[in-house]
Amino acid sequence: MSEQAKRPKRKPLDLNRRSMPKQPPKIRSHNFYEVALGYQVESAVEEADRCIQCPKPKCVDNCPVEIDIPGFIKCIAERRFEDGVKILKEKNCLPAICGRVCPQEEQCEETCVLSKKKGQIAIGRLERFLADWEARQGKLKLLKRKKKTGKKVAVVGGGPAGLTVAGDLIQLGHEVTIFEALHKMGGVLTYGIPEFRLPKAIVGREVDYLGKLGVELVTDFVVGKTRTVDSLLKEYDAIFVGTGAGLPWFMDIPGENLNGVYSANEYLTRMNLMKGYLFPEFDTPIKNHRQMAVIGGGNVAMDCARTALRLGAETRIIYRRSRDELPARLEEVENAEEEGVIFEFLTLPLKYIGDENGWVREIECLRMELGEPDASGRRRPVPIKGSEFRFQVDGAVCAIGNSPNPLILSTTPGLEAGKKGNIVADEANGLTSRERIWAGGDVVTGAATVILAMGAGRQAAKSIHEYLLSH
Amino acid sequence: MFKVLSSQMIVPNLHQITLEAPAVAKEMRPGQFVILRADEDGERTPLSVCDWDAELGSITIIFLNIGSTTNRLSELRDGMYIPTVVGPLGNATDIENYGTVLLVGGCYGIGSLFPIARALKEKGNRIIMVMEARSSYLLYWVERYKQISDEVVFITRDGTLGLRGHVTCLDDYIKNQETPIDMAIINGCTFLMKTGSDTTKPFDIKTMVSLNPIMIDGTGMCGVCRVRIGGKTKFACVDGPDFDGHQVDWEELLQRRKTYMREEVVPFRTSGCQGHSCKSQG
Repeated sequence: MSEQAKRPKRKPLDLNRRSMPKQPPKIRSHNFYEVALGYQVESAVEEADRCIQCPKPKCVDNCPVEIDIPGFIKCIAERRFEDGVKILKEKNCLPAICGRVCPQEEQCEETCVLSKKKGQIAIGRLERFLADWEARQGKLKLLKRKKKTGKKVAVVGGGPAGLTVAGDLIQLGHEVTIFEALHKMGGVLTYGIPEFRLPKAIVGREVDYLGKLGVELVTDFVVGKTRTVDSLLKEYDAIFVGTGAGLPWFMDIPGENLNGVYSANEYLTRMNLMKGYLFPEFDTPIKNHRQMAVIGGGNVAMDCARTALRLGAETRIIYRRSRDELPARLEEVENAEEEGVIFEFLTLPLKYIGDENGWVREIECLRMELGEPDASGRRRPVPIKGSEFRFQVDGAVCAIGNSPNPLILSTTPGLEAGKKGNIVADEANGLTSRERIWAGGDVVTGAATVILAMGAGRQAAKSIHEYLLSH
Repeated sequence: MFKVLSSQMIVPNLHQITLEAPAVAKEMRPGQFVILRADEDGERTPLSVCDWDAELGSITIIFLNIGSTTNRLSELRDGMYIPTVVGPLGNATDIENYGTVLLVGGCYGIGSLFPIARALKEKGNRIIMVMEARSSYLLYWVERYKQISDEVVFITRDGTLGLRGHVTCLDDYIKNQETPIDMAIINGCTFLMKTGSDTTKPFDIKTMVSLNPIMIDGTGMCGVCRVRIGGKTKFACVDGPDFDGHQVDWEELLQRRKTYMREEVVPFRTSGCQGHSCKSQG
């Protein structure tokens, strides 16, 4: 109260977090259009106006790329959208993507001072609003590039980490080439996150922007196969490895190789990269399953389940812990629930049972109960003896996680490997055990989030820039 | 974009195309494969490479026209472009001096064995090349093989050339060999590789096969190409494609290859849409 006494002119606190319109569940569960529709100008301005502009903003501290959050929010409140975009883009070259897929509730919005009163500013939605506003203007403003340095940098992997490194270094005047193994840039943004959560046109827009800045975009190029890192080092002054975590885990239970059992990577790649849901217009087929099970409780599991649901399957998520322990974003869990995904909590798959043609027909599971907390601090699921049961499925997706693809490590001598197949790199600057090679994102940390990969990319770009200037 | 340097049908339904892909050609080794896309909305199709020229920067592929993608590939003409040629993918075949090597090729496998045969010959191996086809008019590259092989054996289903029957008739052939066969390598359709492996097993001849499961990315990401080898699941794209034919779970592979059998014929039933002329936006 004393604070308010000092500043009597201050307007009263507005704790009414403006809601963002969404497609109604019954409609969106039958289409692949984006679920969340974004703020209109008025709701964005109202939401931005709620920000109390803390002198020492805690939201910024909790942002992996340290965006000047109160700065761009103030611009929205004052309807200076173009200035807002400029502030946003200083620190984040992919705002339309981060505004959609960042877990803001664990980052900026968690530390918003208003969160104590459950009225935290919807920072993610505002970020998205600005990015979309800019795109609607139809004229992307290119940030100025610094004078050319003549140094060349190769970026391995066109995902969020690589795109960030490329975006930063091109602006600092270096020549940058991104090598992507697939036929489209974007990494997990393109092959992994579904259209209804992150429209591919938006990813394409951000990639085009980099192209316009002068980044050379090379697709269909598997570093480690088409050329090794060492061969690239002869031509480039520095290399950033951001190859992500693309090696799918399986549970190693009986029946996992039956027809109709997918890795999450396969299922999502078929759908998103190859546009399987538009078969036969697009060549890559996808089965129309009737009863689908998705194993796992992360964001990827939610994506798979919501995709299967949109193709008309009765979809179950099988997760061995309870709802409280779900690693997925709460927003995604709620979306999945609204759309009609069925959750089987405290359930562990034991085996898949197939028919005479080798197609999966049933899953045998075991019920669990929660025991003592384990190393992750979550209560450990313990099997309940004799609780085996089966249910019918004609498709299943294993979405229990990924580890880094071993290709770069196995073809680059002297690059230190971690215990989980990751590349060892300094988290503060991305330096690896080899000179002139930096790494960041999921390939270093194991599967994590888009924004953490971007944060790592930003740090690595700084370090690469310093190195290039001093050598 | 990758330019088509030449394209021709070499025997009925089997096509040979040469593509300009310098980066791929430079690193290519015997036994490796590439992934192609025939057009922008096309699927990713893994195909074995039959020859390449690192200096010219070209690779040559032989494939059977069997589905919508290979149909479109077969319609390519000199000077046209395709959007994707990525590789070389998979591990190269181990080329060592084994002694006498029995190579068995059928269909596209006759072509994909050629670089392996050539490299094995250079290593000093004695090469017995077995070419299998339904009829003699489906055999190709015979002269090429005669130049690098110590012996060429033909098997035709109708008996128009060489032995009559399927690869199982190699049984007698192997029995009657004076010098023992140290190694067998089989390339071709799954059924040929399975039957061939079954034939060499009683003689305890180490047999390598180049597996051809369904693939998407070809870099170890999707896991659809998983095959069971000696009870363990492997990814054919990164752990293979060469595996010990006596360890492969053939039933599982044959069954997994049938996953999209129904869908594969759909493009042929949706008449008028071939060539992707009536695409909606999505």
